[in-house]
Parts: sequence; structure tokens; C-alpha cells
Amino acid sequence: MTPDLALTVNGEPRTMPAGSTVADLVAALGCKPTQVAVERNREIVRRADHAAVQLADGDRIEVVTFFGGG
Amino acid sequence: MTPADAPLVLGPHRFSSRLFLGTGKYPSMESMVEALAVSGTQCVTVAVRRLQTGTPAGKSLLDYLPRDKYVLLPNTAGCFDADHAVRTARLGRELGMGDLVKLEVLGDPQTLLPDPIGTLDAAKVLVKEGFVVLCYTSDDPVLAKRLEDAGVTSVMPAGAPIGSGQGILNPNNIRIILERAKVPVIVDAGVGTASDVAIAFELGAQGVLLNTGVALANDPVRMARAMKAAAEAGRDAFLAGRIGKKLYASASSPTSGVIAGE
Repeated sequence: MTPDLALTVNGEPRTMPAGSTVADLVAALGCKPTQVAVERNREIVRRADHAAVQLADGDRIEVVTFFGGG
Repeated sequence: MTPADAPLVLGPHRFSSRLFLGTGKYPSMESMVEALAVSGTQCVTVAVRRLQTGTPAGKSLLDYLPRDKYVLLPNTAGCFDADHAVRTARLGRELGMGDLVKLEVLGDPQTLLPDPIGTLDAAKVLVKEGFVVLCYTSDDPVLAKRLEDAGVTSVMPAGAPIGSGQGILNPNNIRIILERAKVPVIVDAGVGTASDVAIAFELGAQGVLLNTGVALANDPVRMARAMKAAAEAGRDAFLAGRIGKKLYASASSPTSGVIAGE
């Protein structure tokens, strides 16, 4: 069995099954794909590419959205 | 008939309201929604932050800000170096709100004063990447010019430190910036009450951006209404052209024809 991917998501450790994509991660986080932006190892992953980009072991992911601010 | 004011043009956007409001610190989402509506603003700032992964997804800020009513202006608040601000701006753009960004590169968490060097560095990168950069800066006229030369769409000098409510501490610097600027100048930060907004517009500012003054007022909705009235009054007073200040009196009533005394 392929081991899970060990990721860092928003600074916290998180595992995803091998072969998962960015879209899978966004779905696992329970957020609307249209309301988040994703950075993988400091590079933006365009929303149109979420389903195509596979995650790799050790990836550092930032998932952001809008909050109140001035 | 008095001609209508021209719209404020920022990149692809044309705003008839010259007030920009933030979306932070309100006592509730409901009071924010009502305050924004009452203020008449057409452009609101938002922060880009990590999704809270531990908590169940509830209603998001975006659900309260209809896109047909408000242009969203993502900020880079909380960034203390140029690289961090550039990454944040790119993420904000990826959220699908267009190329507008309110660039802030801050010096330290206590003063929240802009880091001038980091701000200029980040502005250059973002302009090159096609962003419409509305640039938060100090009230330094030299830096304002340097930012304009770097291609920012608007220079946004602070009236006073962010959230301090101290008003416009150095109106002379704001006047110098306004005299020299070829891009719109939006006074950003420091507004405590309505007269601060009126003064900014009377000086000639093309816009005012505020958040805390409304959000933390005892009655944010009423304060939003006051800010709207102040913006209109100040802008009208500027367009009307105020009289000069003189040392001695100048009678308003005729000096001749006064009835005889004893």
C-alpha cells in the first residue's frame, strides 16, 4: 500500500492519501473551491489547475480566503 | 445648476463614492453589512488570511459582500517585508477579485507604520505583474513621488497610524503630496470621526479609506452615515473653493447707510 502524503497545510501537519490532488485537499478542508486560493511550495496553483496538480510528500501548502480587514 | 462631481477612476473602476471602507473589527456581520450600505461605499478592503482548517466551514465574508454592490480590494495587511506582501497580493488576485491590491508593507507591529523601502520594492514587483496598486504609505511627500514614479495607481498616505483615530496629523505634508501628485491621492488610516474625513477632502484628497472609526464606534451604522455626509461636505467645499484666511475682519453687511448715532 502506498503511504499517505505528509503535508504541511497552513502550518499544521496533515496527511492525504497518495495520488491526491489540490482539488482533493480543498474538498477535504470542506471549503468552496471558488472561495479559496492555494499556494504550493510558494507557487500559486491556479484554480483551473486544482484538479490536475498532484500533491507530493513534504509539500507546504497555504490555503487562504478573505477575512474582514482594513 | 451645480455640475456633478467626476467619478474617481482607479484602473478599470469608476467610483461615484469616494469613501473606501474596511471590513474588519465590526461587532457583527450584520452591523458591517448595514454600515457599508449606509456609507454609500462602492469599494471595500478585505484581508487575505489562512483558512481556519480546524473549524467547520460556516458563512464566509464573501457571502456578505455581494459582488454587484462592492468592488473588493484585497490588502496585504500583516506583511512586514516585500516578499511576503507580494505573495499575499498574488493570493488575493487568485481569489478572483481582479488586479486591485491595497499594498501595505509594515515596519513593526506596534506602530504599523509603513516600511518605506519594502513598500517601494513590493510596489515595483506588483506593478510589473500587472496589479493595480493602491499603495499605503506614510505622509512623506518624497516617498509618495517615488511610488508614483514606480507606477502605482494611487498613493495612500496615512493621516495617522492605523486604527489610532488621531485624524490628519500633518495636513501640510498631505497638501504637498496633493500638489505634486499626478495620480489620485487617497488618505488612508487615522480617521477617528467625521471631521477628519471632511478635512481630508477639503485639502483636496480624491478619496478616504477608513475602517476602525466606523467599526468600533458605539453605533457603527450612524457613524457610517456621518462619514458619508462628511465626505460629501468636504468634497463639495473643496470643489467650491474656500475663501482665504485673513487676519482682520471683513464686514458682511454694507458699511454705508448705517443710521446716524447721537
